[in-house]
Amino acid sequence: MVENRPWLTFFSHAVLIAGVVAVAFPLYITFVASTLTLEDIVKVPMPLVPGPHFWENYSQVLTAGSERGAAAPVGRMMFNSLVMALVIAFGKIAISIIASFAIVYFRFPLRNFFFWMIFITLMLPVEVRIIPTFKVASDLGILNSYVGLTLPLIASATATFLFRQFFMTVPDELAEAARVDGASPMRFFVDVLLPLSKTSIAALFVIQFIYGWNQYLWPLLITTDESMYTAVIGIKRMITGGDALTEWHLVMATAILALLPPALVVVLMQKWFVKGLVETEK
Amino acid sequence: MAAVSLKDVRKSYTSDLQVIHGVSMEIKDGEFIVILGPSGCGKSTLLRMVAGLETITGGEIVIGGRVVNNLEPKDRDIAMVFQNYALYPHMSVYDNMAYGLRIRGLAKVEIDTRVQKAAEILELKKFLGRKPREMSGGQRQRVAMGRAIVREPQVFLFDEPLSNLDAKLRVQMRGELQALHRRLGTTSLFVTHDQVEAMTLAQRMIVMNAGRAEQIGAPLEVYARPATTFVAGFIGSPPMNLIPKEGRLLGIRPEHLEPCAESEAMLTVAVDLIEPLGADTIVYGHITGDPDGKPDGDGSSARVAARLPANAVAQAGKLALRYDPANVHWYDPQSGKRIEQ
Ligand SMILES: Nc1ncnc2c1ncn2[C@@H]1O[C@H](COP(=O)(O)OP(=O)(O)OP(=O)(O)O)[C@@H](O)[C@H]1O
Ligand SMILES: [Mg+2]
Repeated sequence: MVENRPWLTFFSHAVLIAGVVAVAFPLYITFVASTLTLEDIVKVPMPLVPGPHFWENYSQVLTAGSERGAAAPVGRMMFNSLVMALVIAFGKIAISIIASFAIVYFRFPLRNFFFWMIFITLMLPVEVRIIPTFKVASDLGILNSYVGLTLPLIASATATFLFRQFFMTVPDELAEAARVDGASPMRFFVDVLLPLSKTSIAALFVIQFIYGWNQYLWPLLITTDESMYTAVIGIKRMITGGDALTEWHLVMATAILALLPPALVVVLMQKWFVKGLVETEK
Repeated sequence: MAAVSLKDVRKSYTSDLQVIHGVSMEIKDGEFIVILGPSGCGKSTLLRMVAGLETITGGEIVIGGRVVNNLEPKDRDIAMVFQNYALYPHMSVYDNMAYGLRIRGLAKVEIDTRVQKAAEILELKKFLGRKPREMSGGQRQRVAMGRAIVREPQVFLFDEPLSNLDAKLRVQMRGELQALHRRLGTTSLFVTHDQVEAMTLAQRMIVMNAGRAEQIGAPLEVYARPATTFVAGFIGSPPMNLIPKEGRLLGIRPEHLEPCAESEAMLTVAVDLIEPLGADTIVYGHITGDPDGKPDGDGSSARVAARLPANAVAQAGKLALRYDPANVHWYDPQSGKRIEQ
């Protein structure tokens, strides 16, 4: 559309710039705060240019954590978060893709019943079932462990549903051609379905990685041992209450660190991600 | 290569939905058989039962002396070409053809020889590295055939493989299919609803209607002596005229009608539509004294089509026609069966 309406151009740019500022400014403030000392931050007004304490603050949190709040090094927390996000993302994809394969390609008794059962759990996010899940996790003795952090979150109705929808668009003849070619069902799955789903897998990986990384309530409940904190929980534990007591410069540095991996995943996988959402290769 | 025999083959999807009502046929080794019929008559179902993609409710299918009713498709030694080609989209042309052979565990060298040979036959050599989506419909069709050829199966099964191609390409592929069959001599079953395809490709054809085989025979034989009114009305374009006469149906092909003087008319029609096609002219009309085209009593239409030479003067009004009694067919209006003279 080619239009020459200066006011419209001006107005739409103004809105866009306002939007960018609204999103980016808090991030900038966070970064600035992470390079200052606590005294600078609590001063009114707070300086709006980065200070000289970048290395100091970041190496402090990465290796030693905060002084007054959680004392676990953020490096360790990032590692925990990474494990959690990766295991959840890969676990969800692996389980849901196999489940959808079964639902779409095999005729077994109560197939529809199982599908609807999975579908209905879409309505039950972690928060709704958190108390019984906690009880189960504690009975199994998996509190404060990677298993406890990841296992209860791995089943995914959303991903199962998405893969089911994708598989249903794959022409039946493809499966039949593979059968005539002599491929066993698993061989068909590995040789044909998986390669066809790779863009969907990539898109889901991005979504699920961020979902896993940003988990708050569940790790908050089941991690009491500092060495098992995730980055998100680390931030929460560093805020000890009371403005003066909290080491905001360290909290902000941790926040910036916690923000990097998801951002990195999105940036690196952007091409795949967009492809997986908009296009199907069939 | 192998003979195939169908013995009273039946298929029901549910207890009250039977779609194949007992089809029997002996297919000789190396024969090219076309299964012809209107949409929904069960052609694909029958073919898929031979392939093993559909279970067989009743009867027996024998391929090369072996009852295959309970065998998986891969154990039946057949290869199938699908209407929408069903190529693996993410594999190159080479891999598409090689995939079945790899699963069978053939040696790399052997696979390569076979794929190269098939590519040679089908003129696909320069496309071997391409993905299916980078090829035209006709080229994809050839890849699908290549995938069947490399397997060197006992029987080829084709389910309307040409119906997604444009008219010109269809004619060309028809020729290539014939050449291929001459060269390989593999027993082939070919499903189509296109009678031209059937007439040109078939050594014998089986005309199906609503899950039954109406007639089995060589194309010209089926054309010359349709066994039922269904076959008479399905094959030929325009199809055979069926005119109620003396409690029976008189069948006469449009090309067997010729214009004549009114005094010797055996049939007088009021012309409704004239289609000059260049080579000849087709005149549609209805029998006079019968303005709605429906004679009293039986409900069959008495519309008549005549294929006249291009130089015949066709005009609106009445047209006197005659025919050679030797070209007449008689049918029983109730059963639709042919009455032999
Ligand atoms: N899976 C199925 N379940 C129930 N009925 C089916 C199924 N597949 C096919 N049918 C029915 O069986 C009949 C024959 O179908 P088939 O696909 O063999 O027709 P066809 O002759 O190949 O038609 P077309 O020329 O349109 O491909 C149809 O009436 C169809 O509705
Ligand atoms: Mg069909």
